[in-house]
This record gives sequence, structure tokens and C-alpha cells, in this order.
Amino acid sequence: MSLTQLRPAPPHDPSPPKSPGRIKLWLYRFDTKSVPYALIAPFFILFGVFGLFPIVFNGVVALRNWRLDDPTLTGWAGFENFTKLAQDEDFWNALGNTFGIFLLSTIPQLLLALLVASILNRKLRAMTWWRIGVLLPYLTPVVASTLVFAVFFSRDYGMANWFLGLVGFGQETPLDWRAAKWSSWLAIATMVNWKWIGYNALLYLSAMQTIPKDVYEAAAVDGAGPWRQLWRITVPMIQPVVVFTVILSTIGGLQLFNEPMMFDENPQSASGGSDHQFQTIAQLIYKVGWKDLNLGYAAAMSWALFLIILIVAGVNALLTKRIGGDR
Amino acid sequence: MRTYVTRAPQDTPGSWKTYLGLSAIMLFSAFPVYWMFVIATSADEAVTRMPPSVIPGNQLLTNLNEVFTLQDVYFTASLINSVITATTITVATLFFCSLAGFAFAKLRFKGRNALMIVVILTLTVPNQLGVVALYIVMGKLQWNGTLLAVIAPGLVSAFGVFYMRQFIAHAVPDELVESARIDGALTMRVYWNIVLPAIRPALAVLGLLTFVMAWNDFQWPLITLNGTDFPTSMVALSDLASGNYVIYRRVLAGAFVATVPLIVLLLIGGRQLVRGIMEGAVKS
Repeated sequence: MSLTQLRPAPPHDPSPPKSPGRIKLWLYRFDTKSVPYALIAPFFILFGVFGLFPIVFNGVVALRNWRLDDPTLTGWAGFENFTKLAQDEDFWNALGNTFGIFLLSTIPQLLLALLVASILNRKLRAMTWWRIGVLLPYLTPVVASTLVFAVFFSRDYGMANWFLGLVGFGQETPLDWRAAKWSSWLAIATMVNWKWIGYNALLYLSAMQTIPKDVYEAAAVDGAGPWRQLWRITVPMIQPVVVFTVILSTIGGLQLFNEPMMFDENPQSASGGSDHQFQTIAQLIYKVGWKDLNLGYAAAMSWALFLIILIVAGVNALLTKRIGGDR
Repeated sequence: MRTYVTRAPQDTPGSWKTYLGLSAIMLFSAFPVYWMFVIATSADEAVTRMPPSVIPGNQLLTNLNEVFTLQDVYFTASLINSVITATTITVATLFFCSLAGFAFAKLRFKGRNALMIVVILTLTVPNQLGVVALYIVMGKLQWNGTLLAVIAPGLVSAFGVFYMRQFIAHAVPDELVESARIDGALTMRVYWNIVLPAIRPALAVLGLLTFVMAWNDFQWPLITLNGTDFPTSMVALSDLASGNYVIYRRVLAGAFVATVPLIVLLLIGGRQLVRGIMEGAVKS
């Protein structure tokens, strides 16, 4: 492939060194015409092979029979995997769980992040250390922190139940957090919130600090208190970042995997509780693919989840824009 | 009638309420990690004690010894594997992404803008959804069950290219590149002598973010490495926590060991990390 022939000289080339030799001229041409492509090639090749191709190829796998336990059972399956999906109770159950946990984690997470950001948005002593402190959960491996939370939310001797008793909500029989949908979702949402509040707070904080200061002065003259300032000035003015975090947490939240996996009594079963009460779609994909060894069906599920994420992220972005822009 | 301060929030000194709020936030952030440490240093009964124990015990060495000598968990090997994978991924990402970012920011070539748009579009692709096909690809390469399968997909990132492009566009003056060119410096020389020294802060931020992500990655390593003798530390942790009889002090001792490297990173590079995350938010 000769790139030199395809490309005319760009208009603003720096002039070549004076009276170059033949080899030098060739080297110079090579350096300006081909080297840029060589610099970006590693990214495009590696990302193409291990990032983009798998997603596209997933579409092919979804339309085929592809089993790990029976390699002879191949061939096109048409839309069989997808029609199976539509009638699969496990899939709808996992979809409900995923959305339940998603709502319980995203909404408090972003509201609390806003609160944390507005607390951090003051002239503080040891300012950087407070900011570093809120990042600790973001760095902590989810696998490790979920193991801690699994002990917090255990039925016997769990700290969560002890705390409930302390504030007067103790029950005769201790609450088995994993047993019911609502309680297991709440426990998992707590873990997600713990991890992401600080990170989102820093994003909000950085946007808050770009708001022109005279806006606040004008608002104070008009008699707006701190709380009104937060909702009437700060939130609308950092709206682009809010939309960004909503999209990010939608993409992340709907693919939730680590927390429900490690919260399980037996993490590697991927069953999401004794009755799949907190099994998410990402978990179900893992189970179908590598426990039931049905890769074709798991690929179809991945595509379904992809579509769902696209739709929900789009709707959420629109909703956030509407709420923030409506003044 | 109340009067309100006319200063912007960031110029208003924090009151005692602010510091009280901040302390509560710190407690919320740090307690799970601290309690992990408490249980990791304690004997069995600490987990079940009511009210909960908050003072570290003296059993850390006993617990660690159990974790590291446990059969079928390969904890020592898993830590080494995690160091290898996370380091390789970080170094490769920094190298490849700064090269590409440099090309996109400072070099002229046909199709530059279109290719940059491709990079930005791929930012939004949730890679996790390709794991089924990725597993098949790795199967064809016969890499499943090896560290290669874990490392290869992490070698580059669209975010890294984007981040580097933004940084280099601002941090490296065009005149500097042009004058080096007129002096006869080749592209790689410009990269090495001018670009690399100028982007050290960005390399620190991207390096930290990449290392943390690679170290904490769980789903893909679990898929490709589960059941082998060389797990990463996250996979080994899930092994440690599986089974019929789970000993919490042991599990949390393992979890703590796998968390310590990141706490050290936070203490060393926290300042850069905070700045990087906050700058990224404004630019995107």
C-alpha cells in the first residue's frame, strides 16, 4: 500500500531542509506522509481486533447455534435465540432486577453527589485531602468492598441489622437482606452508591467552579439563600455535566455485574440469590454463556442489553435536559 | 431579616457545619475499607461481635498466612499476575495513546478529523457487551486461560487517545514542533524530545486511571481465567469467597491485601488523580 501516491501534499507543510540529498528527501517524505498513520495504527488495530470486532461478531454469534459443550451443534439459528429471549422468564426477571437496582442506585447517587459537591465547594483547609478522601471508594476494588458489604448485610450479626435495632427498627427475626427482592436491591444499590458518589461529586465540583462568580452575587442581592442558589443557579448551570453523569451511570448501571456476583452466598454460581431475586442481566449473560455453555443465546442477550442501554441512555439524557433547561 | 453573603460558594470559608458534613462524608467513604482492615487483623469472633468491633486485632499475620497458603486459590500467584497485567496494560496504554494523541493533535494527515470522530464514537461503546465474541476470538488464538487474554483487550483505550489529544493540543505549542521540524527533527524525535516531557502530568493521570481499572477488572478475567492456576487477584478473591464454608477474617484479609496497592497509589498520586478527573469533566 503506497500512501504517498494517494495523498497530495498538505497545504501547510513546513518547508523541507535546504538542498537535501536524495535519501534525506525520501526520508522526509516518508516521515511526513506515512509516520502519522504508523502512530495511530496501534490504537486502531488493537481496538479493532479486541474492541470493535467482538461487538459486531456478537451479532453473528447471536444468530447461530453456538454451544461450548457440543461443538457439533452449529449452523444458523435465525432469530431463534431472540424469540427464546422474549419468552424467557429468567431474562425478564433479570431485566426487572437490573432496572430496580439501577433506579435505587442512580437517583440517590447523583443527588448525594450534588450535595457532597456543594459541601466541597467552599474555601476549605486541607482542600485537596478532602477531595482525595471522597475518591477512596472509587479506587477500592468492587470485589473487595462488596465482600465487606456482604458481611454488613448478613442476616446474623450483620452491622446493618444491628444498626436497624439501634434506631428502633429491630425485628423479632433478623432481616435476611438477600432473601427478598427489595432488601437485596437496596443492599446492592448501597454498594453502588458508596462507590460512585465521590467520583460524581468531583465531576460536579469542577463544573461548579467554572460558574461565573457575579451570578451568585446577583442572586444574593436578590435574596436567594444557599439552598435556593443550589437549585436555581448551580444545578441549571452545571447541567451538561449532569447529563454526562446520567449517561455514564446509565451505561454502567445497566451492566452491573460485580456487586450482585460477590453479594451472592456462593459468588461463582452467578445465580443472583436462591430465587434469582437480584440476578442482573450481565450476570445472566455470564451464567448462560459459561455455566449453561450456550454462547449463541448469551450473545443474543448481550445485543438485547445493548439496545436497552441505547434507548434508556437516550431517554435519560433527554429527561435530564428537560428538567435542567426548564427554568 | 436575614442577609446573605454576596460571595460565590467557593470563596466562602467553610463553617463548622461544613467541616462536620465533610467528616461525615469521610467516615462514610473510609469505614468499609477500615473495617475490612479490622476484620483482617482479628480472630473469628470479631465478625459476630455486637456492637461491632472497630479496633484492629493482632491476628493479621495468622490470617495472611492462611490466605497465602490456601490450596486451589493461588493467592500469591494471583497478586503477581495482577501486577504483570496491570503494569503491562498501563505502560502500553500510555505509549500507544500518547503516540496517537500526538498524531491527532499536532500532525497533518489525510482523514485526521474523520478518524478522530471514529475514536470519539468508540468512547461510548460498552465493551462489556462483546465478551461472548471476545471469548470466541481468544479461543481461536488459543489465548483463553492465559494472561495474554486479559492483557490484549486493555492495551489501548479510546478514552486514552481522546484525553491525550486534548492535553497535547493545549500543552505543546505548535511553534515548538514546527521549529524542531525545520531543524530537521523527525516525527519520533519530536515525540521523544518535545511531546513526552511536556505531557508528564497527563501521563500520570492516565496511568493512574488505567492501572486502577486494570487492577480492579473482574468480569473478563473471571470468564477467561476461571478454573486455571493463574487467576488475577480479583478472580482469586472470588474463589476465596466461594464454597460452603466461608471464613470472613480470611476473605477480608485477602480483600485487604488486594486493596493495599490502590490505597498506596491514592496516597502517592491522589492529587494528580483528583486534578485529572476534575479537568476531564470540564473538557468533555
